Amino acid sequence: MDAQDLSGFPLRLEGDAVPMVSFRKVTKSYGSLVVLDSLDLDVAEGEMVSVIGPSGSGKTTVLRMLMTLETINGGVIYVDGEPLTHMPRGDRLVPADSRHLRRIRAKIGMCFQQFNLFPHMTALENCMEGPVHVLGLSKKEARERSEELLAMVGMTEKRDQHPSRLSGGQQQRVAIARAMAMRPKVMLFDEVTSALDPEVIGEVTNVIRKLVAEHNLTMLMVTHQMGFAKDISDRVCFFYGGRIEEQGTPDALFGHPKRERTQQFLSAVREAI
Amino acid sequence: MFDWRWDFTWDILPRLIAATGNTLLAAGLGYAIAVVLGLALALAQRTPSRALTLVVREAIEFIRSTPLVLQIFFVFYVGPQFGLRLSPWTAGMIAIGLHYAAYLSEVYRGGLDSVPKGQWEAATSLNLSTSRTYFRVILPQALPPSLAGMGNYLVGIFKDTPMLSVIGVAELMHTANAIGSETYRFLEPFTLVGIIFLALSLPTAAGIRLFEAWVRRKLGMV
Ligand SMILES: Nc1ncnc2c1ncn2[C@@H]1O[C@H](COP(=O)(O)OP(=O)(O)OP(=O)(O)O)[C@@H](O)[C@H]1O
Ligand SMILES: [Mg+2]
Repeated sequence: MDAQDLSGFPLRLEGDAVPMVSFRKVTKSYGSLVVLDSLDLDVAEGEMVSVIGPSGSGKTTVLRMLMTLETINGGVIYVDGEPLTHMPRGDRLVPADSRHLRRIRAKIGMCFQQFNLFPHMTALENCMEGPVHVLGLSKKEARERSEELLAMVGMTEKRDQHPSRLSGGQQQRVAIARAMAMRPKVMLFDEVTSALDPEVIGEVTNVIRKLVAEHNLTMLMVTHQMGFAKDISDRVCFFYGGRIEEQGTPDALFGHPKRERTQQFLSAVREAI
Repeated sequence: MFDWRWDFTWDILPRLIAATGNTLLAAGLGYAIAVVLGLALALAQRTPSRALTLVVREAIEFIRSTPLVLQIFFVFYVGPQFGLRLSPWTAGMIAIGLHYAAYLSEVYRGGLDSVPKGQWEAATSLNLSTSRTYFRVILPQALPPSLAGMGNYLVGIFKDTPMLSVIGVAELMHTANAIGSETYRFLEPFTLVGIIFLALSLPTAAGIRLFEAWVRRKLGMV
């Protein structure tokens, strides 16, 4: 991480409405390619935010930084009021060490486009791994929790199957159960339906709808399914060239986009359907 | 021309069979060292320390570019000059174990590299510790693609055990040679050694293939 002046960034966020996730002037670059340019984005507790935009606009990068799969080059990310990428030392912020990362990361869960289930474990074992070995639950507790979640995603019958025996839609539902078993406060979805056949997309989006309805989760979802984003989101962010070009309620952004690039993107997407 | 003597053959067979025990012991011990040490060498190249990676890579290159028999001699005869006086068995096991560890570390490295990046990312997203990630997630998946290479080197180390005879480890070759110098008959002992090696190598290779298939099934990766 580049040496930077962090004196303007608070050690923690305080006050009435502390956002669950807060990106503050976050910059990410690969070599000379600036992928995200001083991004500011707050997500309130319980809010569902969809991220849309053209390929390469930095959508995945936003989620990966929050999951600590990428380091950042500038700015600070806060989760639940505490810095994620940094930690307080004395009266200033320094880059987070691995202990700090592990503590804050525990509040975040993520589902990937390619599912990334552990192929040598059954569906149930995939779900139990984290609760037993990270959260320290007993096998029995972890099993109960996992079975409940597998039931929620409709995978009870397949719980003893390995991923190679499951369809893409089934694997993704197990992956959602696995992430939920860690009881995260924030869930990240990166194009979780993009690798699926059209006829099984519904079984995954229905699970996400259920999560929105039944849990007080904060969610950030990258998607190319505009209809789904419109239905389910509290807010939609349109990314363009590593910046938020426009954001607003689904009705506003899809119904009356203000910016020309948003209009162009949305009409191009509509034509493609 | 051929003067094969059956009575002599039956006489020396028990001695050779006894020596086969030593050959198997040497191969087994050396392999056990190589399997563990090789894994350590492979993992050492994946730490954030660039210096450690470089040192380990150079050491592996060095071992792989020099003959095993030289390494055996070196540990046994040069060791004492550094105050390291080792029995032939100890020196032999160190040399052959280290030699094959270098080769096995390359096999593991390939296996580790074959595990998709998404598996690491899933492990991070579940907040698994580094050691948990290696032992529960990455290594079990690196194993199946490594097994064929590991099997080849098991047969390889077995066939290389005769090199230990140069420092006096009483394995098959050493014993056959001793019989030859005592009796001036080399045809029968050396032929028997060849047959014994063949009889043990072939089923081992077949066994490895079965084991590989079994592991894949066991891990649910078929
Ligand atoms: N590891 C990397 N090294 C170099 N460049 C990268 C790397 N990862 C991403 N990028 C670049 O960063 C930019 C943003 O990538 P990102 O994956 O966030 O885009 P995206 O909006 O998710 O696109 P898509 O819709 O295609 O998934 C792209 O230009 C991409 O090429
Ligand atoms: Mg993406």
